[in-house]
Amino acid sequence: MTRIDLTGLDVRPAQVWGGVRLVPLVRAEPVPGLRLHRKVYGGLGAVDLPDRTTYTSYVPHGFVADWTGAGSDSAPVPGAGRESAAYGTRLGGGGGGRGNGGRDEAPDCVPVRRIHRMAKRRRDKDGRAESRLRFLPLHLALEGYLALHFGGPSTVWDEWSREAVRHGLSPRAEAAYAGWSVPGLTEALRIFEVHPGQCGLLLYVADALAAAFVVPHPDDYRPLHPTLVEDLYGELVHQYAYYGGPVPEFTARIRDGAGGIRTLADLRAAAREQERAWAVAHDGIMARDLLETSYAFERAYRAGPFDLYRFLPPFERGGREQHIGELITDRKGRTAYLKTFRLSENQIRKGYLLRRLADCEWHLGRTAEALGTSYAEVVRRVRSAGLGTFLNEHSVAQRLRENQES
Amino acid sequence: MSELVAAEDVLLFVNAAVTATGQREFRSSAAEQRFSLRFVHEYVRVNYRPVYAAALALDINHHNAALVVEQLLRTADEAGGPEEKRAEGRLIGARLAMLPPPRVYRLFRVLRAAGVNNRRTRAIVRAWLATRPDPALDAVKYRSGLKAALRHVHGRLPDAETGDFLFAPGSRVRYENPTLDAFRRARYEQGALYELPFTVAEGFAARHGVPRAVFLERIAPRMTRLEQLRTERAADLSVMPLTRLALYVLSLPFGERVERRAELTGALRAAARRAAGPYAGSWGRVTAVLDDSFSSSGSAVKRRRPLAVALGCHHLLEALAAPGAYTPLWTSGGDDPLLVRPYGPTPLGLRILDGLETGPDRLVIVSDGWDNAPPGLAGEVLRVWRSRLDPERRTSVVHLNPVYDAQGFDVRRLAPSVPAAGIRDAEDLAALVEIAQFAEGRTGFAELRAYLDRRVELFLKAAEEGGRA
Repeated sequence: MTRIDLTGLDVRPAQVWGGVRLVPLVRAEPVPGLRLHRKVYGGLGAVDLPDRTTYTSYVPHGFVADWTGAGSDSAPVPGAGRESAAYGTRLGGGGGGRGNGGRDEAPDCVPVRRIHRMAKRRRDKDGRAESRLRFLPLHLALEGYLALHFGGPSTVWDEWSREAVRHGLSPRAEAAYAGWSVPGLTEALRIFEVHPGQCGLLLYVADALAAAFVVPHPDDYRPLHPTLVEDLYGELVHQYAYYGGPVPEFTARIRDGAGGIRTLADLRAAAREQERAWAVAHDGIMARDLLETSYAFERAYRAGPFDLYRFLPPFERGGREQHIGELITDRKGRTAYLKTFRLSENQIRKGYLLRRLADCEWHLGRTAEALGTSYAEVVRRVRSAGLGTFLNEHSVAQRLRENQES
Repeated sequence: MSELVAAEDVLLFVNAAVTATGQREFRSSAAEQRFSLRFVHEYVRVNYRPVYAAALALDINHHNAALVVEQLLRTADEAGGPEEKRAEGRLIGARLAMLPPPRVYRLFRVLRAAGVNNRRTRAIVRAWLATRPDPALDAVKYRSGLKAALRHVHGRLPDAETGDFLFAPGSRVRYENPTLDAFRRARYEQGALYELPFTVAEGFAARHGVPRAVFLERIAPRMTRLEQLRTERAADLSVMPLTRLALYVLSLPFGERVERRAELTGALRAAARRAAGPYAGSWGRVTAVLDDSFSSSGSAVKRRRPLAVALGCHHLLEALAAPGAYTPLWTSGGDDPLLVRPYGPTPLGLRILDGLETGPDRLVIVSDGWDNAPPGLAGEVLRVWRSRLDPERRTSVVHLNPVYDAQGFDVRRLAPSVPAAGIRDAEDLAALVEIAQFAEGRTGFAELRAYLDRRVELFLKAAEEGGRA
């Protein structure tokens, strides 16, 4: 699995407000067996992760994925939840009947039990596992990005500081804007008219894809629509919204020249054609980078027939959109839940640099060769990526001097 | 050319004055609305002053009527000769008589704050005060308003007792007038509460700690019609105006609407028949495209107003159309008008196509004009329909818009070829459709002036008769 598969979701005409374009995604029928609920936290969260690191951020809410399977039409009754607990427990063990329940074995991302965890199995009062998973939307993905090559240099080159070798690249930090501080976004989301059967939304700011959001069921989408304003948006999105002007609406145009339309039926066909043309144009042009990039998926949790993944982009240079995010897929790999975060140019650059460093086993000289540039330039890039503190200044200065002299 | 521009400007103003109330709308804030409206008022006042005054004779809303009066009185020196001043004065007098008293008192207060105290203003205020049926009731209910107005115009009340009540409250031990005396006694006697108007008694009830339920039960006979509706008492639905009734129906939960279906539908139909009056059944085959998208939920201060207007229009058009020749089409696809709710997008274009397929004589579109699924399709459909399929205009199309678009200084249009008119109360539909015909861009300013003069004449005649009766 390398791509995001939005099969089953149809694009509907966009709604524009100022610089924000909102494209609704509609499902003909909801994904059976999975529901999402919201759990409000509204505060600063410190998330303990299994590798004894801590992720700290403002966490407005968590989502609860419910794969009770009691049907997609209603919230699960308590009895039903308990009944299928055994079913869920078996699956929590990680497929293949490894037994032993999901309790002891911590799946990849499920952290130790303290205040928060990125994704955590819900338990009832008696401590039995329910078939419900609580996870922190977007933070799961962001943590994946922050933990990119978090372990630090694998080889003890003397250009890297002892701190970096011993403890890895800790601490790492990224800043993002809350949705309500992105100009115009609150208003655009408020006046958006939710389509019947709508299960998702693609959010464009100044016609750059800022976020994608998909849920399994229309009844989940309606209460979760306002949560978009509390989500994180990258620096790029904020800048585009701040400096970008209003975007034009793609209004319908019917060609009626030269006897094209003679009856009402012709007119109706032309109107239908307009809707189809928009859907094709959108998928092919506006959402192309999201759908056609191949991502590195990492499974965070397996919940019944559903898998919770987080993904990282290839960190390619050259101006393509790069998104990180998380998604839940069903058995066939179709998207049941998706949430993405658009990386800004600096974040892409940093990811790219870390990838190349790791490829060259953190040797600065070889990295410079691989990148086709000079040693001094790589050092500059490492510093401007905010990783300067992990360099051993003395060794680096010495190498730079040697390079100059030679 | 200039004639056409003038006609357009005037229609733009009428649309604004009918719909805008300076309150928050779904897509714009109160400040934006007020700012936009103030510009339109000033623009028309400066350029077309006689028309500006004549707008008082049309069905513009109370907010704008008060604004027009204020602007006219503020700039009395621009009116021209004494003849024009007299004409303005008569229109203002007639319009003030129709406005609800709280709004008039508010207007007087605004005039006072603005320092408008010319002789004409004083005469107008005095004349209005003289027509009040019960000065004692006004003194109790609109105490500060009446006081401010009297002070401002150096007025004098006919009876000395009310004067003392307002300006020398401690000077009498008791009053001969029962209302004034009830007010005095209500300070210490609970029984006296129920002789006072509802709004005044409410304050005293709170002070005496009277339980709300008991208070509402006993004060019921003193409530006005709207107060009864507001406190959810069994108001007499058979006398409510159509749009008020629609708003009331939409405020009820779905369960109650279903339970009281016969009663509510009956009341709505009766109100519509009353509003239709002599035109009932005279419009031939009518198809209505009614907007119940999410944006028809209005704002916190105008809850579900656009939807209520659509619901009112639905019933009114049903009464206006020939029996059995009416087709309603809601944008959501629903077919039960009593259970409408503001939800979903606005696929106006496809709905208009459905409407045109029924082959109507008239197609009426009630919508805020934000056509978004897909955007702009409604305009295209109407354009192609007019230019290719129906050039001889067998079907007349009119768009009624309940929302003032602050950015556009007008109601939002669907297409240039389709006349758009603002609408606030569904009852005015027939008159608005008449005005909308001027908006097709083919009639000149002269015809429009003639129409306005006719309306002014009718209005003044009606006011005189009302005054005499």
